[in-house]
Amino acid sequence: MFMGYSFGDLGSILAMQGFAGLVLFSVFVLMALGLAIIFGQMGVINMAHGEFMILGAYVTYLCSRLFAAYLPGAFAFYFFLAIILAFCASGLLGMAVEWALIRHLYKRPLDTLLATWGLSLILQQVYRSVFGAREVGVELPGWMMGSTHLSEQIEIPINGLIVMALTTLITLAVYLLIFRAGWGRQVRAVTQNRAMASAVGIDTERVDRLTYGLGCGIAGIAGSAFTMIGSTSPTAGQLYIVDTFLVVVFGGAQSLIGTIASAFTISQARSTMEFFLSGSMAQVLVLLSVVGILMLRPQGLFVLKVRR
Amino acid sequence: MTESRVLPRKDLIAVLIFAALILLVLPLALEPFRLNLVGKYLTYGFVGLGLVLCWGDAGILSLGQGIFFGLGGYCMAMFLKLEASTPEATKIQSTPGIPDFMDWNQLTALPWFWRPFHSLAFTIAAVPLVPALLAFVIGLAMFKRRVGGTYFAIITQAIAAILTILIIGQQGYTGGVNGITDLRTLLGWDIRTDHAKLVLYFVSGGLLIACLLAAQLVRRSKLGRILVAMREREDRVRFSGYDVANFKIFVFCVAAALAGIGGAMFTLQVGFMSPSFVGIVPSIELVIFAAVGGRTSLLGALYGTLLVNWAKTTFSEDLPQLWLFAMGALFIAVVVAFPNGLAGLVQDSLAPVLARLRPQRAELRPTAPTVVDAAEQGGVR
Repeated sequence: MFMGYSFGDLGSILAMQGFAGLVLFSVFVLMALGLAIIFGQMGVINMAHGEFMILGAYVTYLCSRLFAAYLPGAFAFYFFLAIILAFCASGLLGMAVEWALIRHLYKRPLDTLLATWGLSLILQQVYRSVFGAREVGVELPGWMMGSTHLSEQIEIPINGLIVMALTTLITLAVYLLIFRAGWGRQVRAVTQNRAMASAVGIDTERVDRLTYGLGCGIAGIAGSAFTMIGSTSPTAGQLYIVDTFLVVVFGGAQSLIGTIASAFTISQARSTMEFFLSGSMAQVLVLLSVVGILMLRPQGLFVLKVRR
Repeated sequence: MTESRVLPRKDLIAVLIFAALILLVLPLALEPFRLNLVGKYLTYGFVGLGLVLCWGDAGILSLGQGIFFGLGGYCMAMFLKLEASTPEATKIQSTPGIPDFMDWNQLTALPWFWRPFHSLAFTIAAVPLVPALLAFVIGLAMFKRRVGGTYFAIITQAIAAILTILIIGQQGYTGGVNGITDLRTLLGWDIRTDHAKLVLYFVSGGLLIACLLAAQLVRRSKLGRILVAMREREDRVRFSGYDVANFKIFVFCVAAALAGIGGAMFTLQVGFMSPSFVGIVPSIELVIFAAVGGRTSLLGALYGTLLVNWAKTTFSEDLPQLWLFAMGALFIAVVVAFPNGLAGLVQDSLAPVLARLRPQRAELRPTAPTVVDAAEQGGVR
């Protein structure tokens, strides 16, 4: 399969596919971070995570349309507002869902899966009724388009760079929030030992609700970033949900570093193979090897000791 | 309860009522088109039976039953397709005698794994065995390493995704996204006529009742009790000296074989098989059918499958937009408010009434240990 490429060609192919992999990695990380926080702390399987992401994407789309119609002068900067709005919309919806639905099911994790699946069906139909079944694309401001040339053969698209910068920023913020802030200490305490955390006076219900909201909010940001590299349709979220679950499980459910590492491995492997094989075969091979590794090491790559 | 018979009278009556409904009432009441639809729903019922054993009793939630349904269906479809692709019928192709989609994809010979499907005996054996074999491999790898609960659910889901992508990607070997279509005859007998569909409906219904009785046998045996014990307190069963993994593998294989039979009957009645019955979405729908009817009741799962599908067809004919809302709300309501589904509802509301009607038998009535809401006690994991 390497026939017909010179050494230099191969190098730039690897670099460019590697970069495409990095962009995929960024979206994966944003999706998986939220999922990992929710799954790790509460044991809840959120099948509607993809729909929370798509909510963020639609908020971004609405923002771009509103700016184009009423504030064309500020169009170049609508994206920053859109990210914040996407976070708020998905986060608030997430907290409402936790209050109305999830908190009744904490003792039955498998049932949360079915209930959130029902929720995802409803959300999909809402999107379809409101925005139509067709895909919508977001118009990017001029400074986000185009690409820079690193060398003659290597082209780096700018929107990819922005997605990566955004991901780095969010990941850093989540890290600071979870590992440096007082609230994060409470979250980690609840993750490690719910009963004891509750006994020392942590309001576990409040922590749960905020964590669920945070996880869904990050999904909203992922949706915002997603609009820059792909178009949005009511069912686009479903395409990503299984991949994202595998990323989370592969990385080890309670470990955020593991999540990032596994997102990196999976996305890089996939985009590099995609160039040489057909896209579907690359996906099959990657999924198969992940499932195979999980069978050998069910607890995932990185393990955090947790008392259940 | 000192009932020594395999089937207590109450269960026997319930099975007879169900049999009368699908073998007598529905064929008399419905026109052929509707009856064919019911026949299609009944094939999902096979999967429901497996899920009751696997999920309701043993507590293993598989989100990959579509895999096994699809494998059974594809086995049958491969046989029918080979029969439809005789050299005479396909003489306009560049390679006569192979299925048309292979010819379109520039294949010049039949792939090795298609060859055995020339034989009907092999196909009938393969329909339950191929799914069971895959389930055995998956179960061996997972249960021996004590992977369970949510992890198992996610991994079965991933396998369903892999299989779908593989089927769609390997067009030349599988027919791709369109699936295997244009199936005509079974040993020269045209399966597309109304009469053939009626016969197939009865075969399907009869098989379903046979499988129902078989599943009932499993549940009432000692094995069935171990399964429930595993769901409730897996480690205690292990400490009692049972190899939990073997029981899990067994029940997972049984569920897979049942799903395979359902898939084959589906292919026969509908006349094609495609990857849209294999993936994640259909797999979760199959679970929901069983959940609505009642995950701990075999008959409940069957009624649930029939009702949800009937509602789906009616709603999506008249109000397609509303259907997804209704379906989503139904899932949420069933999971949150009625974890035991319709069967639990009937048990709670009808059983006291029946007991009052027949007071002299009331003290003989067992308390039905399998219908105890395990979820409420935090038992389902």
